[in-house]
Amino acid sequence: MTKEEIKTVILDIIAEIAPDEDLSDIKSDVPFRDQLELDSMDFLDIVMELRKRYGIEVPEDDYQQLATLDSSVAYLEPRMKDL
Amino acid sequence: MTDSLEGTKPQYDVVVIGSGLGGLTAANMLAKDGYSVLLLEHHHKLGGLATWFKRKGGHIFDVSLHGFPYGMVKTCRKYWTREMADCITQIKGIRFDNPQFSLTTTYDTNDFKRTMQDYFKVPADTVDSFVTTIKNMNFYDEHTMTTREMFDKFFPGRDDVVRFLLEPIAYANGSTLDDEAITYGIVFSNFLSRGVYIFRGGTDKIIGMMEAELKKNGVDIRTGARVEKIVVEGGKVAGVVANGKTIKARAVISNANVKATVQRLVGEEHFSKEFAEETRKVRLNNSSCQVYIGIRKGETIDYVGDLLFTSVADKLDAQMLRSRNITSRTYSFYYPDIRPGSDRYAIVASTNANYEDWAYLPEDEYRASKQDLIESTLDALERYVPGIRNKADYVEAATPKTFERYTLHPNGTSFGTKFEGLRVSMGLNEQVPGLFHTGSVGIIMSGWLGAANYGVIVANNADKYLRP
Ligand SMILES: Cc1cc2nc3c(=O)[nH]c(=O)nc-3n(C[C@H](O)[C@H](O)[C@H](O)COP(=O)(O)OP(=O)(O)OC[C@H]3O[C@@H](n4cnc5c(N)ncnc54)[C@H](O)[C@@H]3O)c2cc1C
Repeated sequence: MTKEEIKTVILDIIAEIAPDEDLSDIKSDVPFRDQLELDSMDFLDIVMELRKRYGIEVPEDDYQQLATLDSSVAYLEPRMKDL
Repeated sequence: MTDSLEGTKPQYDVVVIGSGLGGLTAANMLAKDGYSVLLLEHHHKLGGLATWFKRKGGHIFDVSLHGFPYGMVKTCRKYWTREMADCITQIKGIRFDNPQFSLTTTYDTNDFKRTMQDYFKVPADTVDSFVTTIKNMNFYDEHTMTTREMFDKFFPGRDDVVRFLLEPIAYANGSTLDDEAITYGIVFSNFLSRGVYIFRGGTDKIIGMMEAELKKNGVDIRTGARVEKIVVEGGKVAGVVANGKTIKARAVISNANVKATVQRLVGEEHFSKEFAEETRKVRLNNSSCQVYIGIRKGETIDYVGDLLFTSVADKLDAQMLRSRNITSRTYSFYYPDIRPGSDRYAIVASTNANYEDWAYLPEDEYRASKQDLIESTLDALERYVPGIRNKADYVEAATPKTFERYTLHPNGTSFGTKFEGLRVSMGLNEQVPGLFHTGSVGIIMSGWLGAANYGVIVANNADKYLRP
């Protein structure tokens, strides 16, 4: 997948987890949790969905890599490039 | 008697033992993923501690519907149904009355900040930095500070503030000043985000909706089915024995207490010595006492708040919160609007309690102590509901023994285990492949929200294990 596609994947997952949030002007370098009402369970949902949909395992130690949209894409790109 | 296991299949992908909110939610997630799931509950009702009971005279009592965080709305919507989420409503009258202060709050962030500044005169930046610290806690974080140390850091010498902060959480999950700060912080910040919520329609309604959803998703549900043993073969989970019948399964998720799962259901011999030892060291959380007060048909009570934390003790003391010499009580007031269409009122008084204080009493002393609990509760309630003895026409009490009998939880624990139990719960599958535990554990995974969310997390781990 390309960076753009990965971005879409992440935003799709978030849209499903938090249907009431407006994701249209999300800032890609600001932590999700500073701009959206995401609690730690919502965050885990992102991790769980990545595994279910794409077989990607994000170990606990790497959770902070998923803090912002940019850092998520950077972290996931090498792991999703062959999908 | 009909055999409650008649017609079960010889084998399932997953057997879930126990129908608390953790077990129910795990069962639902796995069924939605397409697995065949058998849910076994020893009691005749689903729900575990999320339960209710009816009594003559049209009374209905909710046992653990005093309040949960807003997160439950999202949990219902994400893992159950939108319809369930839509029944959740806020209760706004959270009252405190004790020798140090008397106030009412909605317990959401804004009102909390206002109360801390205006009532307790804590500087705004201290309140802000406390709230920020708490909100940034994650359950997978490192945890070295105790709640006491955290409070000392932000509010040194303010035992009134500490009481305001801790008392509701001590009731919500049994955490004390000596537990890890995260066990306090996560639950507190869950509540603080938007205040306190309940399920309109009562516990019977949510559990009924969950049962319907499970059936729709194909879960085979059996009540009156007590699991005696989890079968391990070749070092892996192979099934369960329930009511004497062996049923095969590729994975088993136990919603029984985590210690009971290791020690009674599986047996220590199937674990490493270190793991068995670690499990033995896990401390159980406290149990509860409750007094259920039914108001006579036609009688009303004035609105005095929804949740009332009272104490006659000069200062907060976690040991005292559980003592049989009760000084602190939490009352939940149920007005007719909790069950739309009803015209009935009920009051449930709860206290934390020690199992040891109740378990070994001779029968007559046990009865007398229960009666004493009822009488002293009515006396204490008189102050808030004048004439309560004339308004009530039904009263009953529950003790740690009662909770033990209905849930099979060791020592009737209300909120699973202390923090260290979570590591054991999460480590089962590594010891015995195919073995999982969900439900109240480690303090943070307790309460309606914690147990249900942990059901999701564990279902995800079980799916990982089951997937080819
Ligand atoms: C008095 C009281 C008040 C509470 N108030 C609140 C509140 O206001 N808000 C809130 O959020 N939380 C509250 N809680 C806590 C909350 O109810 C629990 O944390 C939560 O419901 C526990 O869910 P669980 O998944 O751990 O399972 P549990 O509810 O503990 O259920 C476990 C189930 O497993 C079954 N089981 C055990 N062993 C076996 C076996 N061998 N075979 C078959 N079945 C078995 C039991 O019968 C039971 O049904 C309260 C608890 C108590 C006791």
